[in-house]
Amino acid sequence: MENIKPRHSLAALTMTEYVSTTPGLFPLPDWTKDDLSDLKGHQKGDLVSGDEGEEITAAYDEAREEVIGVQQEAGLDRVSEGQLRWDDMLAHPLAVHDNVDTQGIVRYYDNNNFYRDPVVQGDLDFSGDVAQELEATAELAGDDDLQAVLPGPYSLADLATDEHYGDDEEFLAAVGEFLAGEVDAFPDHETLFLLEPSLVENAPEDGVDERASEAIDQVASATDADVVVQPYWGALEEKVYAHLLDADIDAVGFDFVANQDDNVYNLQEYGATDQLSLGLADGQNTLVEDPEAIRDRVDWVYDKVPVSEFETVYLTTNTETFYLPYAKFEEKLAVLAEAADLAEVKAA
Amino acid sequence: MSNENKDQFRPENHENDHFLLTTVVGSYPKPKWLNRAKELYQDPDHSFDDDDYQEALDDASRLITNEHERAGLDVVVDGEMRRNEMVEFFAHRIEGYEFNGPVKVWGHNYFDKPSVVSEVKYDESWLVDEYEFVAEASDRPVKVPITGPYTLANWSFNEAYDDDDELTLALADLVNEEIEKLVDAGARYIQIDEPALATTPDDHAIVGEALEHIVADIPEEVRIGLHVCYGDYSRIYPEILEFPVDEFDLELANGDYDQLDVFKDPEFTADLALGVTDVHVGEVESVEQIEENIKKGLEVVPPEQLVVSPDCGVKLLPREVAYGKMANMVEAARNVEAALDAGEIDVERGEPAPADD
Repeated sequence: MENIKPRHSLAALTMTEYVSTTPGLFPLPDWTKDDLSDLKGHQKGDLVSGDEGEEITAAYDEAREEVIGVQQEAGLDRVSEGQLRWDDMLAHPLAVHDNVDTQGIVRYYDNNNFYRDPVVQGDLDFSGDVAQELEATAELAGDDDLQAVLPGPYSLADLATDEHYGDDEEFLAAVGEFLAGEVDAFPDHETLFLLEPSLVENAPEDGVDERASEAIDQVASATDADVVVQPYWGALEEKVYAHLLDADIDAVGFDFVANQDDNVYNLQEYGATDQLSLGLADGQNTLVEDPEAIRDRVDWVYDKVPVSEFETVYLTTNTETFYLPYAKFEEKLAVLAEAADLAEVKAA
Repeated sequence: MSNENKDQFRPENHENDHFLLTTVVGSYPKPKWLNRAKELYQDPDHSFDDDDYQEALDDASRLITNEHERAGLDVVVDGEMRRNEMVEFFAHRIEGYEFNGPVKVWGHNYFDKPSVVSEVKYDESWLVDEYEFVAEASDRPVKVPITGPYTLANWSFNEAYDDDDELTLALADLVNEEIEKLVDAGARYIQIDEPALATTPDDHAIVGEALEHIVADIPEEVRIGLHVCYGDYSRIYPEILEFPVDEFDLELANGDYDQLDVFKDPEFTADLALGVTDVHVGEVESVEQIEENIKKGLEVVPPEQLVVSPDCGVKLLPREVAYGKMANMVEAARNVEAALDAGEIDVERGEPAPADD
């Protein structure tokens, strides 16, 4: 335990930048829920296909502008697109791919939410769907720092059904390559969040954990931006975490809402990346945290970990936020922004 | 062999010796005019007022109760005409809940997922008025479906309780209070709906504990059913046999009975309310097809323990399709009863055939 440093000094902390942000996938503003229900319909075949018509596109454009405004008004340090078109949640990038057939409605992890099973039936070549969304966002974001969001390759492969590659290893690699190609087409962005709940929910076995990290590494290598890999709904198994640290990423996310002890254990035993993402506000509960409580939770984490100084600490909700009613979602963003300010002030 | 609890619902003039109780899970398509009436009622510029809307709800309740009678069902429901959604309806009547707006379920399907913001308390009665109205409107026994406490807890945001189990048990006590009032009003057949159990099957223990709270001090002769649907039953069976209920109402037609063997070993000791028509298929199954489905139930329980019902609520079907399924279901049940009387049915019950390997 000789590598445990004494409690950080305040001077050291001044180095840390606190960045308030979210893992994306916002709820639709309520008026858009109504408008898009009317325009698109309620059935499986009515969900986004990637080639929506003018009216639907216009509704999404307007909604995008609104959620970018909400983030700016809240004072978040990163602005994300909101992924409002992602009817199939994290499966979206495949659900709109030409060589993917969307089939039955399947449960989205352990939630009362469902998505269309994306069945991969051909090569996962370049799509550009997400890049287009980001282009539109970049225009609206102005001088604010842009954050891109994608499913991590392990989760995306886990959510899909492969009928083309025929081999799990090959399929995971193909999904990694596909995502890297998508990232390559992104406009300039400050941060890329790769959401990897499947690393917790359906943890990779021996060997697969290493390949999952390689696939993540491949996606991360396609951008110059800081890359945050955000697993959630618990803590990573320690071997999975150890392998993840081998990937060339800037931060790992920790869902401290769902699990404290195992996340602290991982940090204590295996250390951390130079940057850290802390999921401290509950993305699945309407109870709105106090900014001070979030700031205190940051201190709590610092107390527990043997690292005295991080370059950047992202403060986020633990999960996507589409689970929340829209007004509560807005409140949570404001809390995160304020908590990051409080942390900066305290540190200085 | 007799089954007193089930036989209390046997019609006096029942035509066969055998009795396969026919009923429904609960919800039924609302008449289009009721939706229109609701729109008028919600339109502030329209003179259609609360009394008018209540009258429309009464009419709809009578109409669908009557439609169930015409289909020949032994135990009827009013198709839940007064209820909007299975969690919202109750949350509006329980103190401690608040609503913050719609959340996504899938695609553009949303629901007003409520938040529990303080201790839940019993306030006004939830279903006594509905029950009394339907009982008055029909000569047949009436079943009362109630959303169970586990689903009420699980499909809400929990801001007030340390964990969802604690909330579930608090809600279970309220459900118990409501059932006592229903029993006082004359209800003899209560169905607890717990669809959330299918999403988190590992939680069967808390559902069982909640049921103990629910049935506390409820007289033995009151029939308590539990409805569970769309899940992996192997993860909750045989543990659910320990639950203090008379009947399990299960969806099995949708999966073409691929999970039937789950219930053969160990022996199914409760009554089985078997789903014999698929509510996610827009075509009415033939009487012959439903007869075959009913016989699947006889592989699990003897006729005395068998109840016949659709897989789940039928509210998403076109109304004429829903009616067709009810009517064919009843006809099929009567045919199977007659065949049982005549000794023409030879179904082997019990352990599943060994697998090929």
